[in-house]
Amino acid sequence: MNMPRRRSGPVFVGFGVLGAALLFELYFVAFAGPATRARLDREAGLVADLGLTDIALFTEARYTRHPSLADLNTPFQDHPMAFDHFPSGSIMPVPRLPGEGWLIFQPKERGQ
Amino acid sequence: MMTWARRQRALADYTLAALSRRKGKNIALVAIFSLVVFALSSAMFFAAALRHETTVVLRDAPEIVVQKLIMGRQDLIPGDVVETIAGFRGVTSAKGRLWGYYYDRINGANYTVMVPDDPALIPPVGYVAVGEGVPRARGLAWEGAPLFLSRYEGDLKRFDVDRTFSRDSALMTADLVLMNPQDFRAFFDIPEGLYTDVVATVRNQNEVATIVTKASNASPQMRFVTRADIERTYQKLFDWREGLLVVLAGAGLLAFAIFAAEKASGLSAEEAREIGILKAVGWDTRDVIAMKMWEGGLVSLGAFLIGTVAGFAHVFLFDGVLFAPVLRGWAVIYPDFALAPHIDGVQLMTLALLTVVPYMAATVVPVWRTASGDPDAVMR
Repeated sequence: MNMPRRRSGPVFVGFGVLGAALLFELYFVAFAGPATRARLDREAGLVADLGLTDIALFTEARYTRHPSLADLNTPFQDHPMAFDHFPSGSIMPVPRLPGEGWLIFQPKERGQ
Repeated sequence: MMTWARRQRALADYTLAALSRRKGKNIALVAIFSLVVFALSSAMFFAAALRHETTVVLRDAPEIVVQKLIMGRQDLIPGDVVETIAGFRGVTSAKGRLWGYYYDRINGANYTVMVPDDPALIPPVGYVAVGEGVPRARGLAWEGAPLFLSRYEGDLKRFDVDRTFSRDSALMTADLVLMNPQDFRAFFDIPEGLYTDVVATVRNQNEVATIVTKASNASPQMRFVTRADIERTYQKLFDWREGLLVVLAGAGLLAFAIFAAEKASGLSAEEAREIGILKAVGWDTRDVIAMKMWEGGLVSLGAFLIGTVAGFAHVFLFDGVLFAPVLRGWAVIYPDFALAPHIDGVQLMTLALLTVVPYMAATVVPVWRTASGDPDAVMR
């Protein structure tokens, strides 16, 4: 007897391949774990030795290069309500640090 | 069990045959759906890996940074403040730091110029250590090429490159120029006894908040940034709900909503007729719904798998190359970094559920109404 052509065969194989690729990627994360940890430890050591506080992802302005140390008024250099000057500012929220730049009268408002 | 499996296989065969009747439309559907998942999963992987790397690496950031504010701006801090801070109970050491920015007029890049905290890493006088982005931005192609920095028209200062940080730490060091304190003071014309800010270490981590409160009462014009503050800044930066991801996620979810709405708003006349015919030739309502579940499942699961696999490859094998122009902004130096592979399982599950379940529901629900009706009425 002639079997009718089954359409599901190749499609199931395709799903199997994609599933295997996803599993391989998950395995890759686990497999690369020790090397990754070693690299991150070296990087953390460098951060401690140099005394770094911020990531060098956005280097265009003071407040995008060092968001944690920037003056609280720098994202609004032109006017308190002005739009951000640099494109990175639209990706990066303005830090909401409980620093001395705020007028906070109650210690509990400091939000530690 | 065998009968059930054979039945499901036959339903899958039928569904695929039905899908291939509108081949162009369905291929386009899977392609667009995959693209939405790809954008979302890439952003998710990227943000999760960046957050992971940042959290791990910044765990040894300075415990307390003290800045002096004058008229809302950061100002140079005099050396006697260092002793005052070191005198606070619970503080083990305090040290003045020198760092600042240098705008390179030759290529328009900003460098972060620093004197390293660790004396062992301070380069000799006349030498600098640079991040991998600096030689790249300046086109210093050969090993040992000196770095010339110009502060104003007619000025040129030569530094020899002592060390270049590798790509492994590019995320933290790409734009750094490390100098000897003597060179730093001469280059920026900073008098002895003045510092950019002060870093303090404490004996007991739990006392940081108390020390900061006491210290800020004693020196109200100072601003104290703790390691927890730095951590919070970055948590917020990579938070799913704001910042980096909100743009991509917003656009993706909107596209997805249009998909689902189009599906759920009702069946086309052709689809309704098909269901009527199936019912007329003896299919059960249950069979029709099972067939539609297959349809929704094949499309959404296929799109999820394609999108996620491609998203992972994009972020971890191709270093998120499509994001670079967005993240670069107007900056001249953008770190050439490879992210450490990291997957947040909960996020991956959320993405799977968000893509597969609503789509299947949107496929099945309108069919329910039609399939439970009279075949004759449905076909008309």
